[in-house]
Amino acid sequence: MRTLLQPNSPNNNTELSEEETMALESSLKDYRANSLWRLMLRRVFRQRSAIIGMVILGLLVLVALLAPVITSYGPEKVLIGMEPVRKRAAPCIHLLGCPEDEPQHLMGIDGNVRDEFSRVVYGTRVSLFIGFTTTGFAIVVGVVLGAISGYAGGWVDNVIMRLLDVVMAFPSLLLAIAIVNVLGRGLQNALLAIAIVNIPSYARVMRASVLSIKEQNFVEASRALGAGHSRILLTRILPNSLSPLIVQGTLGIAGAILSAAALSFLGLGAQPPTPEWGTMLGTERNQVFSAPHLVFFPGFAIMATVLAFNLLGDGLRDALDPRLASKPA
Amino acid sequence: MAPVFQYIVRRILLAIPVLFGILLVTFVLARLIPGDPCKAMLGEKATQEVCERFTREHGLDQPIPVQLGIYIRNVLKGDFGESIRFSRPVTIILIERLPMTLELGTIAIIVATLIGIPLGIISAVNNNTVVDVITMVGANAGVSMPVYWLGLMLAYVFALLFKGTPLALPPSGRLTAGLTAVPFYEVYNILLEPESIKFHLYEFIANLYILNSLVTANWKVLGDVLRHLILPAAALSTIPMSIIARMTRSSMLDVMSQDYIRTAKAKGMPKRTVVFKHALRNALLPIATIIGLQLGTIFAGAVLTETIFGLAGVGRMLFEAITARDYPIVQGFTLVIAIGYVGINLLVDISYVFIDPRIKLD
Repeated sequence: MRTLLQPNSPNNNTELSEEETMALESSLKDYRANSLWRLMLRRVFRQRSAIIGMVILGLLVLVALLAPVITSYGPEKVLIGMEPVRKRAAPCIHLLGCPEDEPQHLMGIDGNVRDEFSRVVYGTRVSLFIGFTTTGFAIVVGVVLGAISGYAGGWVDNVIMRLLDVVMAFPSLLLAIAIVNVLGRGLQNALLAIAIVNIPSYARVMRASVLSIKEQNFVEASRALGAGHSRILLTRILPNSLSPLIVQGTLGIAGAILSAAALSFLGLGAQPPTPEWGTMLGTERNQVFSAPHLVFFPGFAIMATVLAFNLLGDGLRDALDPRLASKPA
Repeated sequence: MAPVFQYIVRRILLAIPVLFGILLVTFVLARLIPGDPCKAMLGEKATQEVCERFTREHGLDQPIPVQLGIYIRNVLKGDFGESIRFSRPVTIILIERLPMTLELGTIAIIVATLIGIPLGIISAVNNNTVVDVITMVGANAGVSMPVYWLGLMLAYVFALLFKGTPLALPPSGRLTAGLTAVPFYEVYNILLEPESIKFHLYEFIANLYILNSLVTANWKVLGDVLRHLILPAAALSTIPMSIIARMTRSSMLDVMSQDYIRTAKAKGMPKRTVVFKHALRNALLPIATIIGLQLGTIFAGAVLTETIFGLAGVGRMLFEAITARDYPIVQGFTLVIAIGYVGINLLVDISYVFIDPRIKLD
């Protein structure tokens, strides 16, 4: 049997036989199986917390996508005149002994006679959107600043890092509050504020990676081959600094969702009737003694979502950070 | 000069540009408020005349660098302007409100540290056992919880469900109606000139109810104050506690895997001595850092916790000022909290020298 290592076959046929194609494919598969990303994924899947986080997150994404299928009411639908329900009525679940002739409301009715369950379910969309957009924005700006800072060095580095130090000197939620106070309340401004507050952490991570990678031989080799700064940054440094960014970003999403909910709770973020969990909790907070379900469910949803991202982030860190490789969590 | 002293001085000097940056940020934020700064600072009802005088007095007709100079001069003098809503100096309001927040924040950070560090140690010593998993799942849930949600749920459970049982706790306020914390200077008949600096200082100390009731030996008030603080402190300390526990665990695991610990164990040293004397001391540095950083969480958490538990502290004032668009208060309070945060983290930095004598003094 000929192997691939003997390219010049005796019959000089340029076409590969079926056998040869299969052999080639399987060797390619072996090669792919050991690629960096594969290895990382395999390590990630060995982390219990990452798997739990991914499962919860998967469920949340499903809930967000299938919201209209899961719920029987729109998130802003006022039920007055449609059903004989009271304002802030407790949950009515048929399985738990609620009379069959009453309409089922898994999480009860809110202060504006809307179905709380529908609002919590649709809130998943809002919160996931908040988490991904703010973090995405913060990462892009942070990566650019960090890359410039680390790559350029000198006074540029100094100026950028001192500016970021100042942003980090504020307790983050407080600075976000101060920024929204100036920009004006509303979801968009709250998201912008949270993104600004989070930029330094990504810039620092990126700068640290750039500093350690830019002196390595393969970067030196690229430079010797005549690659320009932007090419080195984009094709050499950025791909190699992705894993700490992914870890930081995942944990950052958790923080962003929590901060956005807090701003909304204070009335600075999403405005009613948007089904945002923090806003829902904020508007009903004085009713906690008479209608605890209106506080419990949105808060629990926030915790579950934030927990999912925290677990995933922790798992990713344990899997991707070589310094922690010996310590399974 | 002793190197330790040099280190401390250098740390303080390094904090100055950051403090200047903070001043700059609050200044810029104040100028970015949309619309007329006069209307923003004095309220919509300010007349043309009043506005012109305000603009002149505050140098708002001057070039921006001059305005920055005036702003810094005022802040250094402790003048943060006047509240729109109360027509009183922001500084005075701050002095009145700060003791409550200090009391709550101090208790919360003490509770978080005293519970968080042992939890982390237990978790690390029993690495990968059921105890470890339960503690870390708890800690993960703890960092993921919204403070205000936890606070409201605690209030519901302890004030409503446990009503009438010995476990019942008050869900709001600092003192039960009818009780008053008589200031120590009244108890001991110290005569004070009203509105003098000394008066405000004494008032500030008297507003620290725990301290005041200790000084005046008023145990009934002390007990009541503490009972009122349990729920807010529990809510406020949960996130820092979880973070401290996680940091302690990973720091301890790091240290416990080092050679000298194995040597100590091999020598047959009691486990307790190895863990507490050899490992913990060396694991403390990152824990101290994280405790310092948690004060940021505490300050921000105070805004939410005080709002929920009806406590008249800095945080609740800030929240009310936001709602009422009382810009001077928001700006002034943010500035003071940020400066406090930098100051405390500076102290943490300096404490490294005492925690770990090997630290590089540069």
